Amino acid sequence: MSALRWGIADGWTMTRRNMAHVVRAPEEIVIYFSLPIMFVLVFGYVFGSGMAVPGGGNYREYLLPGVFVMTMLYGLGATATGVAVDVSRGVVDRFRAIDMARSALLVGRSGADLLRALLEMATLVVCGLLVGWQWRHGVGDALAAVALVLLLRLALTWVGIYLGLVVPNPDTVSVIVFPVAFPLTALSNVFVAPELMPHWLGTVSAWNPLSATVAASRELFGNPGTGGDSWVAQHPLLLSIAWPAVLIAIFAPLAVRRYQRLSR
Amino acid sequence: MTTQTPAVVAEDLRKRYGTTTALDGFDLTVPAGTVCGILGPNGAGKTTAVRVLATLLRFDGGRARVAGHDVARDPAAVRGAIGLTGQYAAVDDILSGRQNLVLFGRLHHLRPRAAKRRADELLERFGLVEAADKSAKDYSGGMRRRLDLAASLIRTPKVLFLDEPTTGLDPRSRNQLWDAVRELVGGGTTVLLTTQYLEEADQLADRISVVDHGRVVAEGTSDELKRKIGADRVEVVVRDAADLGEAARLVGRATAAPPETDPDVRKVSAPVADRVAALAEVMRTLQAARITVEDIGVRRPTLDEAFLQITGHRAVS
Ligand SMILES: Nc1ncnc2c1ncn2[C@@H]1O[C@H](COP(=O)(O)OP(=O)(O)OP(=O)(O)O)[C@@H](O)[C@H]1O
Ligand SMILES: [Mg+2]
Repeated sequence: MSALRWGIADGWTMTRRNMAHVVRAPEEIVIYFSLPIMFVLVFGYVFGSGMAVPGGGNYREYLLPGVFVMTMLYGLGATATGVAVDVSRGVVDRFRAIDMARSALLVGRSGADLLRALLEMATLVVCGLLVGWQWRHGVGDALAAVALVLLLRLALTWVGIYLGLVVPNPDTVSVIVFPVAFPLTALSNVFVAPELMPHWLGTVSAWNPLSATVAASRELFGNPGTGGDSWVAQHPLLLSIAWPAVLIAIFAPLAVRRYQRLSR
Repeated sequence: MTTQTPAVVAEDLRKRYGTTTALDGFDLTVPAGTVCGILGPNGAGKTTAVRVLATLLRFDGGRARVAGHDVARDPAAVRGAIGLTGQYAAVDDILSGRQNLVLFGRLHHLRPRAAKRRADELLERFGLVEAADKSAKDYSGGMRRRLDLAASLIRTPKVLFLDEPTTGLDPRSRNQLWDAVRELVGGGTTVLLTTQYLEEADQLADRISVVDHGRVVAEGTSDELKRKIGADRVEVVVRDAADLGEAARLVGRATAAPPETDPDVRKVSAPVADRVAALAEVMRTLQAARITVEDIGVRRPTLDEAFLQITGHRAVS
């Protein structure tokens, strides 16, 4: 019991350490927030004019939940870089030589990045409202949608932590993340509805974990482009909880194992 | 000191990195409350030994106990009893010195108030008050070292590991650090320090272990090690380089041991058993041969010579 308590306390201490980093290096966060804003503008206005929404509706309103999720996916790069930088620095030796919760470094990374994601979501919601996006159901549903997006981000922090522990050095992270993240968003319902894709591409897109969260949040926000005949399209809520749960169940233990193996 | 369990016991430790053998049957015993110096050249295995004992590195064979706890079986208990200042400063570069110490205090499970107070005490003690709110990456090498040492003293450790603590420090910072170590030892902490500086081992350590190729090749007090490589030496410097050969022959006869000559400084030296008798005899024969002597004396070997003798190569310093 007290092990769990210290696990949480130490994880929170490390979360605060990572937040203090952000405060001491604020220029990083400016670059970080400009990315989602750019996504909204570029995809909403430049490409948006030529895009169709199944069942009709405003494309930017269709797009925004997709941009929320895409921003969460790109956050994975920051998580992985953060962890890779941490373990490449000498300070990790001190963390490992103190009798503190072994999980704290990783939990603290996950916690801090989740807090950062919360700020990102706030920025994106404001941007969205400015370009004509809105939630059409109650505030409760809207908050539930945001919670689902953050749940996906939580799962992605563990993917990012694992990635950060396996890359040979911090610079490798962006080389891996971007080439994987871009096709992953293209092959989902973020920009284009799977129904409008060639058959097999549509199936892959519909099963993409990102699509589940996007579809579920579109439904909860009351944004257009939801529904469909397939089983996947019928159960976005279930999938938007199941996918992150599966990702966490796989990557959290992998990451912890990998971290413990630092003492080869 | 009573018959306490030793603070550090290592038996036959083995560690390989791929094909490199870093520890090859490393044995060590450090009595509680003493300072043990580990002396060895680059790549001897000093850092590996410290990292193994501080639970940061798994080892392939052997046994180790630190502060009474088994390193392999109960690493958490070992961590609770030790402090570590590694070869490279283990501090958070982005955070300030104070933030670092508060962070480590919290991770040592001090309450927020106590962590702040402890940070302030340590900043004061290590002369970091003025730089307390600067990012650690803007610290000089000496300041980082001191911050690193402060961080390993948040809770006064039973056993403190210092891996080349003064490498790269100016003499003043080095003396400050030595004082801090002496103070800790006065308070009952056991210190295990590695160093390439013979002087440091000579100054601080009660006992010295000389490490080479992953094992201890000699062990003892500084005096014992010096004695181990042989007796005192008589040294003669002649005025005229032409006399050197003759002087060497005479010294050799008087000391009954083959002398060494150093033409650059016109010096002849040879080990002797009885310092006073040998000195008198050498002086008498040289005078009889009318060789003008510029300097003559008997001296103990330096630790540097001891090191050279034991490992076959010189310590880098
Ligand atoms: N991570 C590693 N991977 C591979 N080999 C290593 C690693 N760390 C150390 N070694 C090797 O193990 C041996 C012992 O290294 P160690 O760092 O313990 O020596 P040291 O006595 O601390 O040297 P120095 O005085 O240079 O700090 C060396 O041959 C070194 O090259
Ligand atoms: Mg070393």
